[in-house]
Amino acid sequence: MTAQISPFIRRAVSEVVQSLLVSCWFMFLTFPIMVIKVNPLERTIDWQWMRLVWIGVAVFPLSFVWRYLMRRKEHGGAQDGEESWQKRVGDRLRTDRKISGPLLALLAVFVVAFPFMFSSYQTQIMISALMYVMLGLGLNIVVGLAGLLDLGYVAFYAVGAYSYALLNHHFGLGFWPALPLGAGLAAVFGILLGFPVLRLRGDYLAIVTLGFGEIIRLVLENWNAFSFGPSGIAGISRPWFFGADLSLGQHTVFLYFIVLILVGFTILVVNRLRNSRIGRAWIALREDEVACQAMGIDKTRTKLTAFALGATWAGFVGCVFAAKTTFINPASFTFMESAIILSIVVLGGMGSIIGVIVGAMVLILLPEYLRAFSEYRMLVFGASMVLIMVFRPQGIITGVKQHYRFGQKESAQEQGERDAASA
Amino acid sequence: MLKVKSLHTYYGGIHALKSVSFNLPEGEIVTLIGANGAGKSTALMSISGIVPPRYGEITFLGRPIHQMSPDRIFALGVVQVPEGRRIFPLLTVTENLEMGAYLRNDRKGIAQDIDYIFSLFPRLAERRHQTGGTLSGGEQQMLAISRGLMSRPKLLLLDEPSLGLAPVLVQLIFATIEKINRENKTTIFLVEQNANMALRIAHRGYVMESGVITLQDTAANLLNSEKVKQAYLGI
Repeated sequence: MTAQISPFIRRAVSEVVQSLLVSCWFMFLTFPIMVIKVNPLERTIDWQWMRLVWIGVAVFPLSFVWRYLMRRKEHGGAQDGEESWQKRVGDRLRTDRKISGPLLALLAVFVVAFPFMFSSYQTQIMISALMYVMLGLGLNIVVGLAGLLDLGYVAFYAVGAYSYALLNHHFGLGFWPALPLGAGLAAVFGILLGFPVLRLRGDYLAIVTLGFGEIIRLVLENWNAFSFGPSGIAGISRPWFFGADLSLGQHTVFLYFIVLILVGFTILVVNRLRNSRIGRAWIALREDEVACQAMGIDKTRTKLTAFALGATWAGFVGCVFAAKTTFINPASFTFMESAIILSIVVLGGMGSIIGVIVGAMVLILLPEYLRAFSEYRMLVFGASMVLIMVFRPQGIITGVKQHYRFGQKESAQEQGERDAASA
Repeated sequence: MLKVKSLHTYYGGIHALKSVSFNLPEGEIVTLIGANGAGKSTALMSISGIVPPRYGEITFLGRPIHQMSPDRIFALGVVQVPEGRRIFPLLTVTENLEMGAYLRNDRKGIAQDIDYIFSLFPRLAERRHQTGGTLSGGEQQMLAISRGLMSRPKLLLLDEPSLGLAPVLVQLIFATIEKINRENKTTIFLVEQNANMALRIAHRGYVMESGVITLQDTAANLLNSEKVKQAYLGI
């Protein structure tokens, strides 16, 4: 009898001991921020020991949950069946017209009605989220498809914003003509960056692009005669709407729709690009550069188009950003922005359009709606990023593979064959 | 078909090819054998333009190609199957083959060629939906050669197709190389360490030692040559 029970007990004890250790570790880690509270007026320190106890009590059960999930994840990987319900739901949503049709219609109605249903503040947040969707999709071309790690993406964003701001300031150019100009200039800068880094890959490329991003920002900050330095450019015109004199609220709604249309356009173009000849070349380049050359793919042109097309979207969004805030200065274009955009791509799922959209929504909206947590908001934000990467290392939306089919007819035929085989 | 004249290629400061010359007559299988580090792969890389030569001349069908970019050379019909297979691990077998036909536009012809390849290598047909990374070494080599064939090359450059394969598979691969040469009249330049197998299927052979061609003859003569027997065949 005892021989049967003892392994079970031994395991239970070890589990509890592990959780206790984890609790202690977390109590130790959070000690400085949770317990010590300096009162600057009275120059005393309040020791909030009760908080330490709460941390310990909260972490103890959570560590069980954590280990359970980790174990399940490992099993899921081995058996391949654990996660299948997610895949099934995903496939169903994508393929079954009866479900996907109304769902898409509902989504479209919601998206269009959004600025009328919610406050101006909510609309503003949604505008910036949609802007990051575009930035994410643009960077996705460079990082997700072509596999070129670009840490200076914000530079092209800055180029777009400053093109519009400067053209508007000096020549009174409106938003609409500046939009393609800003995008075009960003593309030119993309090619300019592309040339020197053609031979670089991976870590080296990341460092050079990082440097490029900082150079653009420093130039904008220090070249007073050109960019007005750190004080930035104010009074940028809002988008022209058939000469109508819009109120601030109406402008927000208008801008929302501009961004919405641009996002739609981006999705359309990126989707077409991915299934095009150049898209296939990007994917091949990401997987193996030498093999790519052995297939007759022009490496130089393929890389440059990836940089240029990626930068184009940053240019678009830059113009929109300048029009939205009516004031820009170099402080908006720090490395932090590049990091956030890259996180959107990685967290959402590299190469996946829906993934990038979900990633942008999570990363931009989460900090806004976490304001209720006040000072802990960035802590929760960071924790959720860690959790996503641990449990979904491929990004929130995975299974990008099947999107890479080219030759529609054949893929339908293959699908048929596979169905027949499984039946 | 392809003429190489006093070719010098460098890797940085390393002088890998020291005045190498050879000829590839149309429709033949020519093999280049030699030990590790003799410069065999470099010779291939120089022809395909991935490692451009510093001095010397390469003419293909009368056109100088030694200063062209790899994609231009490829477009002329000179296709390299790189060493170590280098298939695209995340693309399926079919997608890998389609990448080989990257510069072609005729959907029908591509589909026909894929069928032809599946008849050459039935194993690939079985695994057409698997991603390249999940294939075994032999299957990957079949896929690499097939991917090279997808552009209907005039000259196929094969770099160590027997590398790391079991003897049975090596025989299968070499038999198929012979078949490709016979059925499609594709000129094949075969770089190999497995001198015995390579000389058996080739028409002509060159022997390379530390960046220099030391012997050249018909494959049959080389197989019987005392020097080759001692150095490369281990007889």
